[in-house]
Amino acid sequence: MKILTKKSMCNLALVIVLLIVLVCIELFAPATSMWFSVLRKVFTFSLAAVSMNLLNGFTGLFSLGQAGFMLLGAYTYAVLTIPTDLRHTVFRNYGDSIFNFQLPLVIALICAGIVAAFFAYLIGLPVLRLKSDYLAIATLGFAEIARGLVQLQQFGPVTNGPDPINNFTAPKNILVYAAIAGVCILIIIMLIDSTYGRAFKAIRDDEIAAEAMGINLAHHKRLSFVTSSFFCGIAGAMLAMCNTSVSSVSFTSSMTYQILLVVVIGGIGSVSGSLIAAFIYYASSEWWLKFLDLETFTAAGTKIPLLGPGFRMVVFSVLIMIIVLFFRSGIMGTREIDVYGFFCKLAGKGKAKKAQEGGAN
Amino acid sequence: MNIMPYVIRGLATGGQFALVAIGYTMVYGILKLINFAHGDMFMVSGIMLIYMAGSTGAMPIFASIIIMVILTVILGYLIEKCAYAPLRTAPRMSSMISAIGVSYLLQNLVSYITGGLSKQYPEIPGLSTSVRFLGVKDKLSVFVSPVVAIVLMVVLVLVINHTKFGMSMRAVSKDFETSQLMGIKINRVISITFAIGAFLAAVGSLLYFSKNTGINHLAGSTPGIKAFIAAVVGGIGSIPGAVVGALIIGLVESLAKAFGLADFSDVISFALLIIILVFKPTGIFGEKVIDKV
Repeated sequence: MKILTKKSMCNLALVIVLLIVLVCIELFAPATSMWFSVLRKVFTFSLAAVSMNLLNGFTGLFSLGQAGFMLLGAYTYAVLTIPTDLRHTVFRNYGDSIFNFQLPLVIALICAGIVAAFFAYLIGLPVLRLKSDYLAIATLGFAEIARGLVQLQQFGPVTNGPDPINNFTAPKNILVYAAIAGVCILIIIMLIDSTYGRAFKAIRDDEIAAEAMGINLAHHKRLSFVTSSFFCGIAGAMLAMCNTSVSSVSFTSSMTYQILLVVVIGGIGSVSGSLIAAFIYYASSEWWLKFLDLETFTAAGTKIPLLGPGFRMVVFSVLIMIIVLFFRSGIMGTREIDVYGFFCKLAGKGKAKKAQEGGAN
Repeated sequence: MNIMPYVIRGLATGGQFALVAIGYTMVYGILKLINFAHGDMFMVSGIMLIYMAGSTGAMPIFASIIIMVILTVILGYLIEKCAYAPLRTAPRMSSMISAIGVSYLLQNLVSYITGGLSKQYPEIPGLSTSVRFLGVKDKLSVFVSPVVAIVLMVVLVLVINHTKFGMSMRAVSKDFETSQLMGIKINRVISITFAIGAFLAAVGSLLYFSKNTGINHLAGSTPGIKAFIAAVVGGIGSIPGAVVGALIIGLVESLAKAFGLADFSDVISFALLIIILVFKPTGIFGEKVIDKV
């Protein structure tokens, strides 16, 4: 198989162009620009969305435990990267932290993923036997249990109890976020394109047929669940970096729903769709629609009706409902971005090949 | 230690959850849909009463209770018509996502109207008076809740088992298409199911919020999730199951508090959920489903 086809060359070019844009933003945008905070969030949640898509879109396992795994990742990362001399101030209510070392960023990130994956393995042993809705409920329950346990006083020396953790390593540079998310998403794409990925899709399309073809259901479901949770944990760690503080109250089930909405808007079963949707979702909810929250006055001095605090989210949720009801397949459906095919069409060469499912990258 | 007050309070919470849980279980029984918006409908009915009879409104309390119940039923009907009816032929995941969207919309709408602040629930004469029963002194609503839940459950079960409408409901939940072929107007059956669910949620919110000090736009999520767990524990699709499940959840949480495990009470009910799902995935009263190829 040729690795560098015209199609993948074009997609590579697109990635490089985006990367150059990103470097330009990092170098030239004013420090107060919204680009920074929005892009940090976008990278974090695009990783979360792609890892959820691996599970929901490519393996057909409807899991709602993302917030729980992100919480585990965020706590692991935060606890492991607090500088040793600041530990006693962060954990002042519980004597001292039981860990007395500081890990470098990359190792802490991997630890975050491993902790999330380990718990996913444990919880997966019983719950992966459940079917569709029941699996969703059980994983939702797990996320709530994790959130409840983390804030207990008894775990104070490890998790700082209900108090937030801060002072840990939190890079500001958006290229760091881009690099972490990029590497992780690349690994997920490679997994989806491998034989494992094809087995996942077979399970999604028809479990019984897949089993008849000799695919070990339990093994592949567990693999998908654990991998997805691993990257969810890393996304959680990125969220911790983004917010510079970790507190269990932010990892509610509504965070899972948010990620799910991103996946749906992008198209269930499309990696590039998830990326586009993550950008649109967070850019519009945190930035472009911000004006709806401000009480604006016209030149004549009359107040524009309806605008006010909270209106942004109302408009936003109405937009989401419209997408869910009328554009059910999302932005990309199950297709992937295909620059070459797009140019072929544009140049009128006709016969632009439809992007093969999941194989465009 | 006297355990009686905890038992009674647990049964009360359980009864209030039961009224919400019936709504979940009925919708699931018919549409195979987890109606994530149900808990938020519960919250909206509370907020409506506040705006009509609370400090901001000036309507007499009993009139506003009646209007609140009617409006909640209409809301339930509208949600079904706008958000679920267009997706009837779509994959099940789509309607579940639509339910999440509705829940998001209701929360944001209420947060916009209230400004995100929590509002004082009006005092309901009668329900808030203190009474002494079985050696426990508490508000009347505490003693009434489990009774109301059980009475409404019995009425509902009788309706479902012994009337023509009940028969059509059972038929629709057994087989969607065949019942349509038999001349059952499934859209009407589904609408009425949502209306009944909304009615029970409105009654439940009356009992649940009358003991709480204030409610905000997120007030529906905890009782919603607890009621939903209750429905699953009892066997989703079964109405007596929902009530039994809710009473169990209420009791377990209250007893956890009695034994000084208040911090663990949420964890315990979710753990109960997972244990039940693992050992008896269809719940206590659930029927075994066999997937055919």
